[in-house]
Amino acid sequence: MSMTNPLARVRGLGSAKDGTHHWIVQRMTAVALIPLTLWFVVSLISLIGSDLVAVQSWLSSPFNAVMMILTLVAGFHHAQLGLQVVIEDYIHGHGKKIVALWVMKGAAIFFGAASVFSVIKLSFGG
Amino acid sequence: MAEFTLPKNSKVGEGKRHPAPSGATNVKTFRVYRWSPDDDKNPEVDSFEIDMDDCGPMVLDALIKIKNEVDSTVTFRRSCREGICGSCAMNIDGTNTLACLKPIEEVKGDVKVYPLPHMPVIKDLVPDVSQIYAQLASIEPWLKTVTPPPPDGERLQSPEDRAKLDGLWECILCFCCSTSCPSYWWNGDRYLGPAILLQAYRWLADSRDEAKGERLDALEDPFRLYRCHTIMNCTKTCPKGLNPAKAIAEVKKMMVERQG
Repeated sequence: MSMTNPLARVRGLGSAKDGTHHWIVQRMTAVALIPLTLWFVVSLISLIGSDLVAVQSWLSSPFNAVMMILTLVAGFHHAQLGLQVVIEDYIHGHGKKIVALWVMKGAAIFFGAASVFSVIKLSFGG
Repeated sequence: MAEFTLPKNSKVGEGKRHPAPSGATNVKTFRVYRWSPDDDKNPEVDSFEIDMDDCGPMVLDALIKIKNEVDSTVTFRRSCREGICGSCAMNIDGTNTLACLKPIEEVKGDVKVYPLPHMPVIKDLVPDVSQIYAQLASIEPWLKTVTPPPPDGERLQSPEDRAKLDGLWECILCFCCSTSCPSYWWNGDRYLGPAILLQAYRWLADSRDEAKGERLDALEDPFRLYRCHTIMNCTKTCPKGLNPAKAIAEVKKMMVERQG
């Protein structure tokens, strides 16, 4: 049982003066992903049955390659912002939380970079 | 970590059964959560069969009848019995509400009466509200000004500005909303919760207050404000029909507005 009085506990270390940026970017990426996902799904359908050469020539168009990269970056960024909220909600204990956040964000950066690189590689002819 | 099962010493058992007086024809059973700090027993749910022909219409009437006539150790808070003091907030039939405003006839089957969820229990239906009161104190719920008051009168407010406080001033701090919020359950030590954030907005929305920036600074925190995920339990459960979720959204809008 802690002898700390409730107000001291509630005031804690004070406000982080942060959170609004996270909230805004989560909404910006969500809005951006509406047209990007629509474009992605339509493109995917149009590419059904295509072989590697056809996909490569489709991705060699600068517009398609840029849209593909934007979709991936916005998607991974949005996902890691959302997972951050889940981790903060459910993982208690400062140490465990920091480790979980770093591992999750590291994974998002790694897979994001890998997928952007594969787009570039395909776009420039593999 | 989020808790999905009760700890061993909180598992609820079956308690005593108090049958209805003989001759009663209109019987309703009240299943009331009981726990006392004075013995080492787990919580139990007692059943009280009440003759509804000899009982007031609200759940609080039945609880008072039980305390007066059946078991005087049943412990709960109550004062005004008309929905203005907020004392008798509890979980009735699975929903947080005020016992004095909840008609018994609205409940189908047995009337289950539990304390407000996820609060430490002092005894029976009495939750420990010292932390949430401290959270209320932490947002400094009073008018803050630099300008001295006019020497010859009160600080004036236009009728339009006064109208902005409607839906906020009516809050009676019963904490039905905060204790219905899963985010408050998991992170109530740092998240302020809907009741306190509605109070914070009541002062942010006051045209006479001169400390909006400081107030927003104190709220701008991933936990204090941004644990709200618009689950909306707060608005759904509010026995006064207020909308804490909207108040929180307004605070977030102010945060965005001052960014540029």
